Amino acid sequence: MKRYFGRKLLVYILTFFIAVTIDWMIPRFMPGNPVDVLMARAGSFAGATELMHDYYTKVFGLDVPLWQQYINFWGALLHGDLGISVYVFPKPVAEVIMDAVPFDIFLLVPSILLSWFAGNWFGAFAARSKRLDNTILPLGYILTATPYMWLAMLLAWTLGIVFEVFPIAGGYSFSLTPTFSWVFISSLFKHWFLPFISLFLVGFGGWAIGMRNMIIYELEADYSHYLEALGAPRKLVRKYAFNNAVLPQLTGLALQLGVIVAGALVTEVVFSYPGIGYLILQAINTRDYFLLQGCFLFIILGVLLANFVIDIAYVLVDPRTRAGMQGESA
Amino acid sequence: MSLEVENLKVYYQTLRGDVKALDDVTFGLNSGEIMGLAGESGCGKTTLGHSLIRLNPPMKFIEGSVKLNHEELPIWDMEKMNDFRFMKISIIPQYAMNAMNPTRKIGDMVSDLLRSRGLDFSATLPELKRRLEMVKLPSNVLKMYPIELSGGMKQRMVMVISTLMNPSLLIADEITSALDVASQKAVAELLVEFRDQECCNSAIVITHDISILYQIADSIMIMYAGQLAEKASAEAIIHAPRHPYTKLLISSLPKVGIKHTEKRLPGIPGKPPLLLNPPTGCRFRERCPLAYGKCLEAPPFKEVEKGHFVACWKEFEQNA
Repeated sequence: MKRYFGRKLLVYILTFFIAVTIDWMIPRFMPGNPVDVLMARAGSFAGATELMHDYYTKVFGLDVPLWQQYINFWGALLHGDLGISVYVFPKPVAEVIMDAVPFDIFLLVPSILLSWFAGNWFGAFAARSKRLDNTILPLGYILTATPYMWLAMLLAWTLGIVFEVFPIAGGYSFSLTPTFSWVFISSLFKHWFLPFISLFLVGFGGWAIGMRNMIIYELEADYSHYLEALGAPRKLVRKYAFNNAVLPQLTGLALQLGVIVAGALVTEVVFSYPGIGYLILQAINTRDYFLLQGCFLFIILGVLLANFVIDIAYVLVDPRTRAGMQGESA
Repeated sequence: MSLEVENLKVYYQTLRGDVKALDDVTFGLNSGEIMGLAGESGCGKTTLGHSLIRLNPPMKFIEGSVKLNHEELPIWDMEKMNDFRFMKISIIPQYAMNAMNPTRKIGDMVSDLLRSRGLDFSATLPELKRRLEMVKLPSNVLKMYPIELSGGMKQRMVMVISTLMNPSLLIADEITSALDVASQKAVAELLVEFRDQECCNSAIVITHDISILYQIADSIMIMYAGQLAEKASAEAIIHAPRHPYTKLLISSLPKVGIKHTEKRLPGIPGKPPLLLNPPTGCRFRERCPLAYGKCLEAPPFKEVEKGHFVACWKEFEQNA
């Protein structure tokens, strides 16, 4: 057990190191740089521009060779310093991200969990029942094949513009400042609904299809046939099939929860929803090395953490993993 | 008679038409009889075994009747058969290695199964433990997951589960195929012990391995292309077979003391017919060295001697 997790931990640390290195490289190899963006924003005097250019280059630590920048980056990171954002200069990156994260959690946790539960339940229910299979299944395929942004735009157009039921942009009404009041909370919910439902619907289709296929596979497994041959009622056979079919779905769920901090980029962009996804787009547009690095770092940590949790969860729910840990394969 | 099967026809439904895997099969099984069921691949022996307990699509019941202890088995009705399964008729499946739910402890699985049939697990537990002892499994296997057992242990565990309710009829489908020779013998002998201890009344043992049958079976039934060729006592089938197919089959078995580098095993030339559109008349006709005009008519499955049934015109002629 100890050895198993020791090994896993080593792999996670190695993955973290490589991923963070790539994370550092990506923005730096993009054309353009953050100082130019800032200068363009400031504009004006010829002499001053040069001075400010040098000044900012020094402030962001871009005046030293790349290898030195890389080492400085790790040094700062290990001290918990993610740098200063260019996009919302001079706010620290950590603060910018922390402002966005609640919106992601608020949007994605319910949409992922609810679509997972509803999808699995429906998929299991539809499997092997002719009428449902013929109606739910095509619907599921259509939903899951729908690109997020297309469904999002469709919803924004119908419910937002044609029927004017829901607002189509922002995390809350632009005329409000965040307070703990009924008006503000209802505004939050109104702005939350469209991105939520578009994510929910696409996710629902995918989970339902996956579960339906897994259930059929498990119902054809030998242990199901044996139970049937021993006259076990349909309920028991289905229960066993569901318990085994849900295992791969659990991995899928964990992976999705891991990228929560990544936000739902396209959906957030369509609805200008102020989560991490929206931040990433802004960071790219302003060549904000530090914000981009920070966002990706969050994603890396999220994915690794989710994987780790699922490793543990699997050990708890699937005895085959437990047996494997005692053997050489550990 | 413990089991009576009459004119049983079970076809496989395919897009190209019905595959006649069991065509007009009639036989009986005495109380306490272990009957071996042998024949080459695709002759319908597994179909016969399965149709007695779990006849599911693409298998389709066409006609016939099956009586177990003079009670009609509703084999065409998946739901109604549930009353008989496990209690009166049971199966040790070919896939015993994967027959148990991999994510449930064996004891819990048995308990789930018993409870779902309205039985009390704790009342059955002492008997279950006695049976485990009988097959030389420690009683802590009930606290294990199937993956923690070896292949042979799983096989024995499944044998215990299948026979827990002392069924009148046990179908053992290829139970020795996946085992090494030593385990094969042990499992085969267990089957006899089960019968002797009345864990099951009678049994049908489906196998390719006629030598195993010779050791444990009271009688052997040979199938060919979805029909019965011959049924007699194990002794008679091995030493005095009457159907030309049985004769060839037995002569194809290796014998002790003969070096097959010097003397090749004869085998049976040709291939069995496809059952999508089987030829009329005797289905063995085209491979049979004795075939003659009469064979264009299908031979009945007749008793030519007490307890010896055969489906061959030549035999009827000689006995007439």
